[in-house]
Amino acid sequence: MVGDFTPDRRTVLKLAAAGTAAALAPATGHAVGISPALIKGAKHEGGLNTIALPPDWANYGEIISTFEKKYGIPIKNAAPDDTSAEELQSIRSMRGQSRGPDVVDVGLSFALDGAKQGLFKPYKVSTWSTIPAAMKDPAGLWYGDYFGLISFGVNMSVAKVAPQSWADLKKPDYKGMVALNGSPLGAGAAFAGVFAAALANGGSLDNIMPGIEFFADLAKRGNFDPSAATSASLVSGQTPVVINWDYLNLAQAKKSKAMTRIDTVIPADAKPYGAFYCQAISKFAPHPKAAELWQEFIYSDEGQLLYLKGFAHPARFSAMVKAGAIPAAMMAALPPAKPYGEALFATIEQTKKAQAALTENWTKMVKA
Amino acid sequence: MSAATTPPPARAARSGGWFTFVFMAPFLLYVSAFLILPTLMLLATAFLGKHGLTLHYVRSLGQGQTVVAFRNSIELSALAAFVGLVIGGLTAYFVLLPGMPRGLRSLVTTFGAVAANFAGVPLAFAFIATLGSLGIITVWLKLIGINLYGSGFTLYSLPGLVLVYAYFQIPLMVIVITPALEALRREWREAAENLGASAWDYWRHVGLPILLPSLLSAYILLFGNAFSAYATPYALTSGIVALVPVAISNVLSGNVMVSQQTGAALALGMIGVMVVVMGIYALIARRVGRWVKR
Repeated sequence: MVGDFTPDRRTVLKLAAAGTAAALAPATGHAVGISPALIKGAKHEGGLNTIALPPDWANYGEIISTFEKKYGIPIKNAAPDDTSAEELQSIRSMRGQSRGPDVVDVGLSFALDGAKQGLFKPYKVSTWSTIPAAMKDPAGLWYGDYFGLISFGVNMSVAKVAPQSWADLKKPDYKGMVALNGSPLGAGAAFAGVFAAALANGGSLDNIMPGIEFFADLAKRGNFDPSAATSASLVSGQTPVVINWDYLNLAQAKKSKAMTRIDTVIPADAKPYGAFYCQAISKFAPHPKAAELWQEFIYSDEGQLLYLKGFAHPARFSAMVKAGAIPAAMMAALPPAKPYGEALFATIEQTKKAQAALTENWTKMVKA
Repeated sequence: MSAATTPPPARAARSGGWFTFVFMAPFLLYVSAFLILPTLMLLATAFLGKHGLTLHYVRSLGQGQTVVAFRNSIELSALAAFVGLVIGGLTAYFVLLPGMPRGLRSLVTTFGAVAANFAGVPLAFAFIATLGSLGIITVWLKLIGINLYGSGFTLYSLPGLVLVYAYFQIPLMVIVITPALEALRREWREAAENLGASAWDYWRHVGLPILLPSLLSAYILLFGNAFSAYATPYALTSGIVALVPVAISNVLSGNVMVSQQTGAALALGMIGVMVVVMGIYALIARRVGRWVKR
């Protein structure tokens, strides 16, 4: 059954529509409690192995410590900075070992890959019905946990005026300032950055070329800084304008408030580009019950609000807004809601097509 | 008499063989576990597709993108190794001159040992902070009217990478060539001078030919050192200058696309390049070494 899974139109993401659909579904999911038997079973296993969850990414530091405190189950979080590919690799290579990962948090294409290779075990959390249909595998092999939009993180002490659109980035004011967080051939946010630029320059989810041309032009003008941006290089002003996920830029702004002012801008000249990450339980999980409890926790109102506290929009965001489950103070801390309803998400076919175009053209066309 | 003297060396050779084996075994085991087995795995991965043997991935080495990556990598390594060879070699030579102050030598070798190992992301950031588009030297130069980046220089290019690589290539060269330079006996030079040789004649006919095998080995070492560098170019150019190690990491552990087989094929290509380079070395070394033998 796993092998038969083929990504198709089901995975087409239209979050607005999906959100409405989810809101129409009975929003009672979160009211269903976690079964005491599951908690008991998880406690009996005595631990949970996670992998590749950086503490300052989508608030995972607090999510982990809250889970540990609440259930008294210690978490071993291996290799916080690993990539999605490395997460799947560690499921494969640590099969049957007690230190293998129980749960993973991977990008959509890797969730589909992992499902195809039979690495995941299906499980449906009790709030399942309130997760947008386009964000989950019908069999429960994986489900989206949070999403974000491509944004500009701007160090205001260097840039003075924050660019408001992709067109602004070409202005001479931003000479040598604009950076991605890595190569779009290897870093997910950088890849999304090129996609987002394409949307603003006459491209579409089916055509990433204008995005590559945009960066080629940016490089020719000397505005593109090809060094890989890090949170440190943003804060220090080395890379004053960083194209990255909104939740990373917002979290960084909050963290370094005392040192420098960082603005987060969702560019205004196009529909924003978004992407979500997915949770899945390893088929070879050494702590299967704890893994299920982790998923229940993450998809509970409490867990989803923790993501939002880290500025990542949780999967059940729309349903929770409808149900009035989000505190007003937290809503107020978020950027304006409008772009989040308009965001475009690429399907897996569109992603593959864009990857091929990038591989073929990126290094040839973008020359610093 | 002669019959009596023959056996001992033979016995020594036998026990030597036994000793050699005992001491070599762990090393051979180590080498096979960490060098030979992985290479075989690499071969298997590169040639095995979903449906048995395939040339698909190895053929993908011919793609424009990959060819660019290999060309960049080879050019960069050749150039960075050459810079290291010349500047490092001359530095070592001058430091070893008899007239040099006492402390200089230990200073240079100590610094060399540190600098040769200073690579990766820290090195990249050290250079960004000094010579990047907003680096401290760039900014100072701008204050006195020299616009580095305006005049076409950029750290984020092949020449920029050569400059950064020189930082660890030159000290490495100093370290590896010092013993060879020390082995040049002063008597040889004195003998040559007594026979009327100029400094140039001495180097042309005596010094350089003796040094040549060492210089060649050093060049290969520097080439391989630059060829496999990954973290520095990645942090500096994030794939703007396509290099093979960066391309491998993109398909092997990236967040965008994965193809283990392509990664293995690329790695095989790297091994291929090194085999060719070492083959050329072996050829030259044999010609050079012909007269050196006893």
